[in-house]
Amino acid sequence: MKNINTDEQYFYPFEANEPMAIATEALNVYYHDEYHAINDTSLQFKQNQITALIGASGSGKSTYLRSLNRMNDEVAKVTGTIDYHGVDINQPDIDVYEVRRRIGMVFQQPNPFAKSIYDNITFALKRRGITKKAALDEIVETSLKQAAVWDQLKDKLHQSALALSGGQQQRLCIARALAVKPEILLMDEPTSALDPVSTAQLEQTMKQLREQYTIIIVTHNMQQAARVSDYTVFFNAGQVVEYNKTNKIFTRPKIQLTDDYLSGNFG
Amino acid sequence: MDNKLKQQLHTKSKTAKYEQRGKLASIMMLVLIMVVVLGIIGFILIKGTSMFFNDKIKISDFLFSTFWNPGGKTPTGNPAVGALPMIVGSFSVTLLAALVATPFAVGTAIYMTELSSKRGAGVLQVVTELLVGIPSVVYGFIGLTVVVPAVRHLFGGSGFGILAGTIVLFVMILPTIVSMTVDALKSVPNHYRQASLALGATQWQTIWKVVLRSASPGILTAVVFGMARAFGEALAVQMVIGNAALMPHNLVSPSATLTSVLTAGMGNTVMGSLQNNALWSLALLLLLMSLFFNLLIHLIGRKGAFKK
Repeated sequence: MKNINTDEQYFYPFEANEPMAIATEALNVYYHDEYHAINDTSLQFKQNQITALIGASGSGKSTYLRSLNRMNDEVAKVTGTIDYHGVDINQPDIDVYEVRRRIGMVFQQPNPFAKSIYDNITFALKRRGITKKAALDEIVETSLKQAAVWDQLKDKLHQSALALSGGQQQRLCIARALAVKPEILLMDEPTSALDPVSTAQLEQTMKQLREQYTIIIVTHNMQQAARVSDYTVFFNAGQVVEYNKTNKIFTRPKIQLTDDYLSGNFG
Repeated sequence: MDNKLKQQLHTKSKTAKYEQRGKLASIMMLVLIMVVVLGIIGFILIKGTSMFFNDKIKISDFLFSTFWNPGGKTPTGNPAVGALPMIVGSFSVTLLAALVATPFAVGTAIYMTELSSKRGAGVLQVVTELLVGIPSVVYGFIGLTVVVPAVRHLFGGSGFGILAGTIVLFVMILPTIVSMTVDALKSVPNHYRQASLALGATQWQTIWKVVLRSASPGILTAVVFGMARAFGEALAVQMVIGNAALMPHNLVSPSATLTSVLTAGMGNTVMGSLQNNALWSLALLLLLMSLFFNLLIHLIGRKGAFKK
């Protein structure tokens, strides 16, 4: 890691033997070849932890998140390395489809397909050649259980996913992402379209998922970051200002700018 | 002061009067158009059925007999007003043209919306619009000078026939289907694609299983529109199909469509005669078919509308 802590930037010093799920080194993202959305960002994400990315609108946190599983390929230029178990997955010869299977994503708006609940979950599996009904049934059940909606949905697996409530749809999207057995789950403001009750339930689910998955979540909601995450990264204007343990960053931020943001003095 | 206010509120202002006049003008235009449309439909209905009422011809003779020579008799002595050869001809060219055009059109539309750069899509857009703008007589002329001889060389016969008609119609309806399919693909919400890609599906799997699947009602509508156009096209088809009101034996034997017989025959008959009335019955058949296509489009549209 090349990060040097200064008055303007602080990075949590991970020990060398702590297991990392994914890390970026000098990541830069440009839109339309000119707008520099992410500037030289080097971050590590610890395995089986929830890391929250916070920051004002336009600070680049979503852009950064979407770069991790190459979802920005079509819309932006991403330079630098993304280290995934020793492999730089930001190379042109990398199979992006395999990357995205291993690094799943849940979006801001629940976006189930206009298919049945069952078909939503088995969609990616069938594309990967899993067609045995018994195997599919089992994966549908385990993923819905992991997303904590099995009890609500088990009797209507063959009904349209669009008929579900927003919270159920978002859980279905999580189950759909889990069905391909990823290692990392990227969540881009997953609760911003949900009501407070569904939000609280989803946060509970995230904490359970942490035991098996590494979660990186972008959130606008600082309380949410404080509630669910183990580590928090504060982005400002395409740069990381502070990366620290969540309890530290919210009680005693190292950088003045972080303090200002968290106490509502700007943004 | 109070009186002035009262007066202002009670008398119609200039703008209120303008509004009334505008509404009135709009309604008058509408009524005029309605009268014209209903008039046309009524006229065709009356003229198209007069053969059955005035000349006492059975509808079954019209729809199922294969002899077309209005005024003459079939070998068995029935009036030779059988429209079956033209019905078969019309449906053959329409279905075949749609069948050939659909894969090309969907492929082009996928390229334009999903694969090409914005600039490439723009160029293709201009090309499709250009194809729409070419008058049908020009298509027919090209068909006559290029397609018919080519068919003659490759498949024998005179070259005139359903195959030549299909090829000409294929090119003519292609842009219609392309541009409507492009609209259908564009209306597929982007988050469907994102969701699919984020699950590790390839771009092709995403297009095939998600985008095309959700756009299928729109694509179907596009195909039906193309078919309606093909069914109603007269001039270009008339120039290449051979205009022989016979049951088509094969794809290269001269045959006819409802429209081609109409255009060829309408100048040569006397109003009110059986020959003339038989042509009106063909026109009625065309009208009914176009109503049918319209109905189909509405049904597909209602069933396939996006629920967000």
